[in-house]
Amino acid sequence: MGRELLSIEHLTKRYGDLTVLEDLSLTVQEGQVIVIVGPSGCGKSTLLRCINALEPIQGGIIKLDGQEIDRDTKKLPELRQKIGMVFQSYDLFPHLTALDNITLAPIKVQKRKKAEVEAEALQLLERVGLKDRAGDYPRQLSGGQKQRVAIVRALCMHPEIMLFDEVTAALDPEMVREVLDVLLDLAKQGRTMLIVTHEMQFARAVADQVIFLDGGQIVEQAPPDQFFEHPKTQRAQKFLNTFTFETIKNHGGNDYENQA
Amino acid sequence: MPDLGFEVLLKGKNFARLMGGLWVALRISLISVVISIPLGILLGIVMTWKNPISRVLTRIYLEIIRIMPQLVLLFLVFFGTTRTFGWDISGELASIIVFSLWGTAEMGDLVRGALISIPIHQYESASALGLSSGQTFLYIIIPQTIRRLIPLSINLITRMIKTTSLVLMIGVVEVLKVAQQIIEANRMASPNAAFGIYLTVFILYFLACWPISLVAKALERRWQ
Repeated sequence: MGRELLSIEHLTKRYGDLTVLEDLSLTVQEGQVIVIVGPSGCGKSTLLRCINALEPIQGGIIKLDGQEIDRDTKKLPELRQKIGMVFQSYDLFPHLTALDNITLAPIKVQKRKKAEVEAEALQLLERVGLKDRAGDYPRQLSGGQKQRVAIVRALCMHPEIMLFDEVTAALDPEMVREVLDVLLDLAKQGRTMLIVTHEMQFARAVADQVIFLDGGQIVEQAPPDQFFEHPKTQRAQKFLNTFTFETIKNHGGNDYENQA
Repeated sequence: MPDLGFEVLLKGKNFARLMGGLWVALRISLISVVISIPLGILLGIVMTWKNPISRVLTRIYLEIIRIMPQLVLLFLVFFGTTRTFGWDISGELASIIVFSLWGTAEMGDLVRGALISIPIHQYESASALGLSSGQTFLYIIIPQTIRRLIPLSINLITRMIKTTSLVLMIGVVEVLKVAQQIIEANRMASPNAAFGIYLTVFILYFLACWPISLVAKALERRWQ
């Protein structure tokens, strides 16, 4: 674990009278993978959107590399280049091929050379198993493929931190795995990531720290084993219980398990 | 085969006169299209503003133009203005005014529809990649808007060409009026001319509009 990359101090976010995030503080070290879990509407996605300044905030300071992220700053596009964000609905640009989706911002925003960017994009596409789909339009790709392209699009900007907002929530179950494998691979490479997800087993496998968010506040923060085995707060226990089912039918007890 | 009266076409300058009439119809619609498209784009952008005054005004304009039959608009502009304001405008000018008013309203609504149909996520994912708002419009929003707009606006052009057949009611001698004149003049010699001449008019309209529809279809297929 290296230096402090992202710091959030006393963040407050309101929509009108509704407080979504209240006095929330969090620091992320370089190379750390933080998974944010919590019930629907607890502010997980809003937190990521605030970090990328897609939402105005009503209080607190968010800093990346010591520089304040503020919607009014002229440096915002520059800061956003350091933050890669991947959305639930992929949001590829439908009029561009997969390759052009990936290379647009590096070429136009970062003014990098087209040949160099395309070479890198193809290399990254190969890594996620999509090199042969580079010339396809988004409508020709499956949901899982689109999401992998969206991840490569964010990666190709060389971000310092990546935000994943429920990136598998819109996918069919059999496509979830191919996307999560890409995320695991990124974690192995030592990338700094903030991941919002409902995939608890994945959270456990990938996270350095799990954050449980409820009612706009961090209720619990712990390493994954500790969080999933021995959640300290009642609210976290209750939340985790919603993911387990009790067996209500008798399949023959141990015999069945032995067969499996 | 019954006598369809096609021989009338070959008499004198009848065919050339029909083509002249077609040119009048096309001229009115093309000039109106050239005026309507830029004004319609401006109107469409204004219609997406949140300002309540601009919303109400553009809405009223759009509804009035759409609810009123084009023929009533033509009468209003051609006869009404002469009586009330003493303007002596030609039938062709009155037609161009009416078709431009109508085309601007329809085009404005198409532009508005195309603009609001771009999901907000497109703006967000562009800014998340560090694109400035100018770059977002240039590379993301405008290309998508144009793709949605071109097939629709080409259809509007063919509708405008077809609707020019109304302008004979205010004395503009366009293709249908020429056809009537030719039929009248040959009533005795070729009583069946009505069928042949109107069929020719039908074919002329078809030849004018069909290629335009084909282009629209091809673009639609290409861009889905």
